[in-house]
Amino acid sequence: MKIIISAAAESIDAEVDQRFGRSANLILVDTESLDWESFRNPGMAASGGAGVKAAQFVAGLDPDAVISGDFGPNAYEALLAADISMYIFNERVNTIRSVVKEFKKGDLIAVSSPTSAGKHGS
Amino acid sequence: MIIAVASGKGGTGKTTVATSLARSLDVQGASLLFLDADVEAPNSHLFLKPEIEHTRDVGVRIPEVNQEICSLCGKCAEVCQYHAIAVLGKKVLVFPQLCHSCGSCTLMCPEGAISEKQNVIGVLEHGPAQDGFRYFRGVMNVGEPMALPIVRLLKQWAGESDESQVVVIDAPPGTSCPMVEAVCGADFLLLVTEPTPFGLHDLKLALQIAAKFTIPVGVIINRDGLGYQGVDEFCAEAGLSIIIRIPFDRSIAEGTARGRTLLDIYPSYKTAFQNLFKEISNYGVGSRWPRP
Ligand code: SF4
Ligand code: SF4
Repeated sequence: MKIIISAAAESIDAEVDQRFGRSANLILVDTESLDWESFRNPGMAASGGAGVKAAQFVAGLDPDAVISGDFGPNAYEALLAADISMYIFNERVNTIRSVVKEFKKGDLIAVSSPTSAGKHGS
Repeated sequence: MIIAVASGKGGTGKTTVATSLARSLDVQGASLLFLDADVEAPNSHLFLKPEIEHTRDVGVRIPEVNQEICSLCGKCAEVCQYHAIAVLGKKVLVFPQLCHSCGSCTLMCPEGAISEKQNVIGVLEHGPAQDGFRYFRGVMNVGEPMALPIVRLLKQWAGESDESQVVVIDAPPGTSCPMVEAVCGADFLLLVTEPTPFGLHDLKLALQIAAKFTIPVGVIINRDGLGYQGVDEFCAEAGLSIIIRIPFDRSIAEGTARGRTLLDIYPSYKTAFQNLFKEISNYGVGSRWPRP
């Protein structure tokens, strides 16, 4: 399975970034081989609509799921439209590697609505 | 004569001042207009008790994609600098709350798949205030992010004012685009502030907006007597007139919380505001800002 996780730096050993739209990096991980690739999040520098911009980028990578700390309403709607499942971190995760572990154990909660009110226009 | 009442932040007594000023003026009903442009939280109606006779929607144009013609080329998403339209999987999604109605996507779509539709973001209301003068207000729908189009349309709807008319505008708080839009074109800007370090900070921000229009400015200190001298010192140094001081007073706090204007609480404010208006009309008070 291919999953994308929001990260604070460019490595599978980096800490997670709680934000989705404005995280520094997005890391694509193959849950079987643990091969990974890091991307700059194009939403990070967006003046507005960061969540949509990040979601559109993620949709282009065609993962099975995306995992972050928070999905605002726009990001949620966009990822839903792209048919990508969303999961949120639990309190046991710290690095990207630990997220993959929790995900494989089935210990992350799938998101079925936006997890925050979002920031309009920002 | 257009007088805008503004403040660097909300909750400073801006609406109390604006409504008290309007109620003090002995201007013939039809020649006085009150515009509540604080569209995110309009509350002047509590003081002026208007009877709303006309209501109309405020709409902005947003794109609508015909998914059958769309080739998913992504041009629209590329040109939209607000990320309000995105190609996701097999469809194009529009995010109305991010859209600035610039029309670029419609223009750039090579398939002609985009048309524009109306998205209602608020309403305008109009009717006589309890005292008989003309009252207008804009109300933004809850959750909508863009106040600017509502303020702009509100001013248009109220119409071009002529010399003989007096217009009092209750501007949105802060120094954002909607506030600038509300204040633009005013002949006089009344800035309401509090005698605190925060009040001084916000006053300075509001003055930066005033500087853009080089209109005369007067300062009103609300909750005067809190002991902080910074606002007074700043105004003295900058040559800004402090036109009215409203004391920190329990009857005022309780009265305004129940929808009473200053002149309902202390009738002497009627004269104070009338004098203020007379002087504003003669440019006797207020300071050109920035100073020439
Ligand atoms: S009208 Fe302008 S802001 Fe709105 S979606 Fe199209 S390009 Fe973006
Ligand atoms: S530009 Fe037109 S054809 Fe291309 S993706 Fe957008 S709506 Fe579809």
